[in-house]
Amino acid sequence: MLKILKYSFFDLMRSRWSYVYFGFYLLLGVVLLFLNNDLSKAVITLMNVIIVLVPLIGTIFGVMYYYNSKEFTELLLAQPLKRSSIFLGQYLGVALSLSMSLILGLGIPFVFYGLFKSNAIWDFSLLLITGTFLTLIFTALAFNIALSNENKIKGFGYAILLWLFLAIIYDGIFLMTLIFFEDYPLDKLSLVGTMLNPIDLSRTLILLKLDISALLGYTGAIFKQFFGTSFGLVVSFVMLVIWVVLPVLRIMFKSKRKDF
Amino acid sequence: MVSIENLHKKFGKNEVLKGVDLNIKSGGIFAVLGPNGSGKTTLIKSVLGMVIPNKGTITVQGENIKKNSSYRHKIDYLPQIANFPSNLKVKELIRMIKDLRNHTNDDHNLIQLFKLEPFLDKKLGNLSGGTKQKVNIVLTFMFDSPLIILDEPTTGLDPISLIRLKELIQKEKSKGKTILITSHIMSFVEEVSDEIVFLLEGKIYFKGTISELKTKTNQPDFEHAIASILTDNHA
Repeated sequence: MLKILKYSFFDLMRSRWSYVYFGFYLLLGVVLLFLNNDLSKAVITLMNVIIVLVPLIGTIFGVMYYYNSKEFTELLLAQPLKRSSIFLGQYLGVALSLSMSLILGLGIPFVFYGLFKSNAIWDFSLLLITGTFLTLIFTALAFNIALSNENKIKGFGYAILLWLFLAIIYDGIFLMTLIFFEDYPLDKLSLVGTMLNPIDLSRTLILLKLDISALLGYTGAIFKQFFGTSFGLVVSFVMLVIWVVLPVLRIMFKSKRKDF
Repeated sequence: MVSIENLHKKFGKNEVLKGVDLNIKSGGIFAVLGPNGSGKTTLIKSVLGMVIPNKGTITVQGENIKKNSSYRHKIDYLPQIANFPSNLKVKELIRMIKDLRNHTNDDHNLIQLFKLEPFLDKKLGNLSGGTKQKVNIVLTFMFDSPLIILDEPTTGLDPISLIRLKELIQKEKSKGKTILITSHIMSFVEEVSDEIVFLLEGKIYFKGTISELKTKTNQPDFEHAIASILTDNHA
């Protein structure tokens, strides 16, 4: 698996898109720091961008890489390699190279701005950790979609829909439910609802860490009570790990039964 | 060498293989023939483990291939359409495959044989179909495995390379290897193969030597013998 990971990783590192992605974050980091002139404020703005953009890029890249490397995959399948190691290697190759672009692209400007001397370092690290988690989650989901759809256009369509659903539509539905059932106690429901969407979960985690949960009002207080404790933090990280593990397991399961 | 028992494969509603039983002994060249869509590639891909059969067992050198990947060390496979990652250089691809399998030094001789030196630094996406096929052949023959599977090996080759390929196949045969070939070029099949396996509608219609086929169909030459099977079964 490590060999496949190595080849996929270097293959991607040489492709133009990794540099574009890296360059974009670099620019974003520099511009935000220049405009905000303050580390903590830049982190907040950055969060809003990352929460939406990282899943999108992860999904698109994952689907694109899978379809583009079909020939490579077929070549590998005839070699004495396990299927699970071929697909996991490719998945990790994509996810890690994307995470690296993210971490380096954002990390470099912030480090030069004096991140290590500031107290925003933990907020910033949390941002990068959740960004990496989101990359791992959405690349895995994208691989799942691509494995189940031979048709490229369909695959892309489903991938975009998935992103749209989790990034935007889910929140809408969630909000509607809260309004609809406002006469009932909703703290449990809203906690569970947040847990079930990795984007919401990441957003809540960062907001709470940044200590602006007051903006969230009543629910913010409940979240603070839950997520603010070490138990809440552990639970949310466990949820993020589950969000990575389940799709990865399905990649292994699905790839074993597929015909090429 | 390879034994296949009661192999069934369906793609959706399309039943491609309907109970194939086949025993291929060690040593010699076997041609798998059949009209388009008769299941040749599916059969070969099942042996390679790329297609998962619905039913039936396949063993390669006594090893059941189900949930197994190490048996592929014993197989060299030449795929039908040489599709390679297009942003890799020829040199890098050869190095990579060597890295993934065992190390070998046969590639230098093969590169010389097919005059591929000028292309080593070119990207695979920029090669012509015939050159890609030559790279494909190098990748297949550079390992010393007891079973060689060639799916349409002649596609896109010029006459000189075709002669070299035939020589290569004979050389491997003389080492006692088993070679499985599919091809639509009947003259090529007639020239190289010892025994043929004829697939028709997902079943084995005939297995034996070419002369046996000629007597069975009462035809003077191989090409007509094949044609007569097809017309008899579709008339």
